[in-house]
Amino acid sequence: METLNYRFEQGTRRLKTDPQVVGVVGSGNLEVLIEPAALDGACTIEITTAAVGFGPIWQAVMNDFHARWLLADTRISINDMGATPAVVSLRLDQAVQTMLGDAK
Amino acid sequence: MTNHRAISYQEATARERLLQLFDPGSFEEFLPPYKRVISPHLGQLNAPVAFDDGVAVGRAMLGGVPVYTAAQEGGFMGGAVGEVHGAKLVGLLRRAVADKAAAVVLLVESGGVRLHEANAGLIAVSEVMRALLDARAAGVPVIVLVGGSNGAFGGMGIVSRCANVVVMSEEGRLAMSGPEVIETANGVEEFDSRDRALVWRSTGGKHRYLMGDCQRIVADDIAAFRTAAREAVAQYTTQPAELSMEALEAEQRMLDERIASFGALPDPVDIWTAMQIPDAANVPMLEVDSFIAVAAARRMGA
Repeated sequence: METLNYRFEQGTRRLKTDPQVVGVVGSGNLEVLIEPAALDGACTIEITTAAVGFGPIWQAVMNDFHARWLLADTRISINDMGATPAVVSLRLDQAVQTMLGDAK
Repeated sequence: MTNHRAISYQEATARERLLQLFDPGSFEEFLPPYKRVISPHLGQLNAPVAFDDGVAVGRAMLGGVPVYTAAQEGGFMGGAVGEVHGAKLVGLLRRAVADKAAAVVLLVESGGVRLHEANAGLIAVSEVMRALLDARAAGVPVIVLVGGSNGAFGGMGIVSRCANVVVMSEEGRLAMSGPEVIETANGVEEFDSRDRALVWRSTGGKHRYLMGDCQRIVADDIAAFRTAAREAVAQYTTQPAELSMEALEAEQRMLDERIASFGALPDPVDIWTAMQIPDAANVPMLEVDSFIAVAAARRMGA
């Protein structure tokens, strides 16, 4: 297992609803827990993953995610079981959309 | 019903089932994921954890009736019961008694004990059984739904059979030992776990319904599970939920009769033939309504 932490400052989009969880901790999948938190405008992401050694790829996926949503005062926690970058991006977007109330 | 589009119960996650089975917006979770009540064992084994330890518990409305409910997530470790997972189920059942809930509806999907957690998991499952029977003794009926792809096996198979009513789909499976376990222990001649048709013939909903192990069978559709759960809950407003000595003895007689009549038959099709089901070999192909009609006069425990 490996734990990775990311923090993005100066987001603009705040989410106000109750915490949400999307996804399942199954093979090739992950769960994303997203919740509002007082973080001085930052968005933090903590990832616990079964696939060790993919830090640079996570960094790239998280950079893209932050660029898409610019979240502020949001804490995201991920339990991952080897999801591919595309699945990670989809789940993160699903988590935000659920918070915004416009998920399917 | 003509415009009704089935939503597969089997393919839904535990949380999707909760949202769609109960009245919209009514599910209120106890110990939600953000509380992070996770397994104390998996981390030590360097294994992934889930924020809800693979089960969501809470209360909800079912057709306006307040019930308590739990849904196991088969996608996380096959729905296996660890210490925290089991404790959540026990706590739910005890609270249902304390709050005099109309019923407990358990959305079971589990391979049984989480072997990573060894004795803690085994004890957890036995505590769930005790809590379930305590709930029944206190007059709270327990309804079990089995329709996930991981089925209800091992300790959770036993837990399911302790309930008042088991509702299954054909795709659901209910048994003690799983196919691979039987093959490993007794050889491929005894049970070929790769023969999927045989696996579903033996452990799937239709055979369980004919054998008296489940009381209702429905299509793989969340709406059908909802209707069956509502009817099962309603049934216990007028009849006692407690497990009586008479019911236990009747169950024992049914099992004796089963082993005497069918114990020597190697395949479920042979059993269905012995039960005089017309065109027994075609049973797996029947739609659920035709199957129920065929089974009506012949199934055990009816």
